[in-house]
Amino acid sequence: MRVIVIGAGEVGRSIAANLADSNEVVVIERDSEIVEELTYSLDVLSIAGDGTSLEILEEAGVEDADIVIASTDNDETNLVACGTAKTVSDAFTIARVKKTNLLDTWRRTKGAFGVDFMVGSDLLTAHAIVRIAGLPGAHDADVFAGGAVRMAEFEIAAESPIAGETIREADRFDSLTFAAIFREGEVTIPRGDTRIRAEDRLVVIGSPESVQEFATELYPAEARDGTDEVVIVGGSEIGFQTAKLFEDHGLKPRLVEQDHDRARELAEELPKTTVMESDATDAEFLSREHVDEADLLVATLESDQKNLLVSLLAERLGVDRSVAIVESPDYVDLFEAVGVDVAINPREETAEEITRFTREGEAENVAMLESDLAEVVEFEVDGDSLLVGRSIQEAMAELPECVVVGAITRDGAHITPRGDTRVEAGDHVVVFLATEVLDDVLDKI
Amino acid sequence: MRLRVGWRASVSLSGTVLKYLSVAFLVPILVSLLYEREDLLVFVATMAGTALAGTLLERVGSPEDLGDREAFLMVGLTWLLVAFVGAVPYVLAGTGTIAHPVNALFESMSGFTTTGSTVMRDISVEAHSRELMMWRQLTQWLGGMGIVVLAVAILSELSVGGAQLMEAEAPGPGVEKLTPRIAETARALWLAYVGFSIAEVLLLSLLGATELAPNMTAYGALAHTFTTMPTGGFSPQARSIEAFSWAVQWAIIPFMVVAGTNFVLFWQLLNGDWREAVADSEFRFYAGVLASLTAIVSVLLFVDGALVDAENVGRVAGAIEPSVRHAAFQVVSIVTTTGYASMNFDIWSPPAQYALVFAMFLGGSAGSTGGAIKMIRWLVILKSIRRELFTTVHPSAVRPVRLAGEPLDETAVRGIYTFTLLYFVLFLGGALLLALDAARVDGFEIEVIGLITACAATLGNIGPGLGVVGPMGNFVDFPWTSKLLMVGLMWIGRLEIFPVLVLLTRAYWRS
Repeated sequence: MRVIVIGAGEVGRSIAANLADSNEVVVIERDSEIVEELTYSLDVLSIAGDGTSLEILEEAGVEDADIVIASTDNDETNLVACGTAKTVSDAFTIARVKKTNLLDTWRRTKGAFGVDFMVGSDLLTAHAIVRIAGLPGAHDADVFAGGAVRMAEFEIAAESPIAGETIREADRFDSLTFAAIFREGEVTIPRGDTRIRAEDRLVVIGSPESVQEFATELYPAEARDGTDEVVIVGGSEIGFQTAKLFEDHGLKPRLVEQDHDRARELAEELPKTTVMESDATDAEFLSREHVDEADLLVATLESDQKNLLVSLLAERLGVDRSVAIVESPDYVDLFEAVGVDVAINPREETAEEITRFTREGEAENVAMLESDLAEVVEFEVDGDSLLVGRSIQEAMAELPECVVVGAITRDGAHITPRGDTRVEAGDHVVVFLATEVLDDVLDKI
Repeated sequence: MRLRVGWRASVSLSGTVLKYLSVAFLVPILVSLLYEREDLLVFVATMAGTALAGTLLERVGSPEDLGDREAFLMVGLTWLLVAFVGAVPYVLAGTGTIAHPVNALFESMSGFTTTGSTVMRDISVEAHSRELMMWRQLTQWLGGMGIVVLAVAILSELSVGGAQLMEAEAPGPGVEKLTPRIAETARALWLAYVGFSIAEVLLLSLLGATELAPNMTAYGALAHTFTTMPTGGFSPQARSIEAFSWAVQWAIIPFMVVAGTNFVLFWQLLNGDWREAVADSEFRFYAGVLASLTAIVSVLLFVDGALVDAENVGRVAGAIEPSVRHAAFQVVSIVTTTGYASMNFDIWSPPAQYALVFAMFLGGSAGSTGGAIKMIRWLVILKSIRRELFTTVHPSAVRPVRLAGEPLDETAVRGIYTFTLLYFVLFLGGALLLALDAARVDGFEIEVIGLITACAATLGNIGPGLGVVGPMGNFVDFPWTSKLLMVGLMWIGRLEIFPVLVLLTRAYWRS
């Protein structure tokens, strides 16, 4: 496929990197230094210029392109770029936007603005926050097969009941598969005798109930309280969308915003949220409002430093769990290392969503783990798949090592894959695999 | 001193309205021709005089210069002029207590402002001509939906400044534009008003034609419709609605409820948006208040043993239907500020009477013909009290006051506080002045409840109070100074305080 990516910021770059291996990628970027640098670091063609200019798009070969992805930081630029591309080509256009109202307009009339697929980055991030918030201890969470299968990544604490156990010992949950362990930046596929250590990150795939049950066992204290008391700090668009999603889930979150006018605006838009006008780093305010009793604190301020500060302050006060937005991807690990429970990078979420979409055809749903180290992929098995007609154990022998069948759904019903399970054509299979073997494996199955 | 108000434009427009108002005298003239023609000349003369005065005033300036400030002056002035003109026939006819100029002005202002307080000692079509009585009813019908709203609906030259004019006159905070053109909105409101009026005339006439209400004549049906729909309360019967059967009383209750409802809702109903109309939070609150007050008063009337046999009414205590009927009638009548009486509630037990005093401050919905403080303001006040309680515990909370989920602008909330506070200040101040005036005049004595309710009834455009100004009494015995004060209260109350008070500020007249 020929893919044109407009804008080589973090999102564009990450998409380009994900797609470069198996596609012909052209990147258009205004900053010529970045263009220069990209030429050497990625196997892509990079062009300096304005992505809304037809001339530049033609130079990039837009007439023959299959996909055009507009991923600059500016909503309007992205829309105009898609519209411009549509004037001369039939390429599938994808635009990244921040403004939710643009997304609403597009959803009402698909194809509006000449955009075939629109990704609302802030809304996407809000969804990620809410998904993770529902699972105590989870760092990442995603759903597959229309909600029948759930994937989650947990960090194992030293006092966790399964720390020190082998996989075989820990495997006491119905319909749950231990798909992988991330240990010191490496992916390990767990075998029966693999021992789970503290600070491991464990990826599990299974029915939503079993994943929830597993989380409850790992973090009994947090699970007992549930996540009812949510405090969101920062009335950015992400904070606003997160509050709205929590409202939709029947919760009554509290939202702290320092700016008077923005606070009023948020209070008007969010009828079930208690909006507070205050500086969230004011300890007296935090204790007066009993923020320490919150089950979850979400930091969605505009600055990474402030998000870190607020999260740490909240952790210190005694908040059960903290989630922080991190704009610079380099800080994600740092945040989690110093004590923030979950750090989410909106650009990563966006890149993930766009990449996942471009993989459509090969897979129905994709989740990326640990900044692209591994992926969880859902697909429907067809007749000529390697999996059909043999047991999983037999099939695995012909596949690279870093592949695990996490879950199978047949006519919407969940089947726990074990060594002797046979896959049938038409089944939906959720597979964990390391990114390096992705293309190879997807061809076979 | 240089005036910053283009008063000539205001006066000119008031003149135009007056000129067109002269057409209204055709109704009493027609009635006169149908009956004894007692006061035919009176009305022909007044009509000619009004048309002439209107034409002369119209020439003072050009209506094109109408802005915000001029709109206030025009509305205030129009209502004063109309009240003066409306008083002329009473003086010229020279029958009964209303022949006195002050009384005539009081009666006229009470009519146009749909107050329904009367200084007629002898209310009947025997003591006064039928055409005079019909004029008295008609002033209420014209005043109900608003003379200025009517003018905006009819006169094309008012279309531009129309929104300001309606804002200054229409009851309740803010004008809702139903259609892009303000004149169309005004016409829509008047159309609903006329439609309901026709329905009521037909229903009452129908009842009159049957055994259910033999004493309801065609004249009576028209006369009572003219005073129900504007929530006015004048009846050509001294005993008000007590003079009629239970069927008529029940029939009038829904029309009073309709008159106290925001007419915008009927417009929505007409356009098929019944969901929106039913979901309207002010309407729900209004219906809830009417229902709960009726329930309370019904029980009070039912259990009160002192009320065995009221005069002309029969046994109420211990009887379910009469208790509910009189409770519902009186509660609806006072809340909507109509002021009709289905029985003399002055003989009710104290708790039931106080329930009515409480109801005097409630008022109908915004955009209705009702007076007093109005449901929407109370709803907002209750909600903001709840907000204050919450922010006392959480001082940094930002919490907009919401109506049906929609956040209200804080300036609107503040306006509502100010209005309500001013309303009570005027009420207490007015009552004090009335008390001082009563003390000044030898031989005039009035009990406190009469004094207080007289002030509440005129300021709220309700009509009857309790005691001497009760439903079967009247305001004629007050000193003339008190009557003039009450004329002022009715005027201020009808225009919802601000448009009148703003005329008294320096800032209004100077830049």
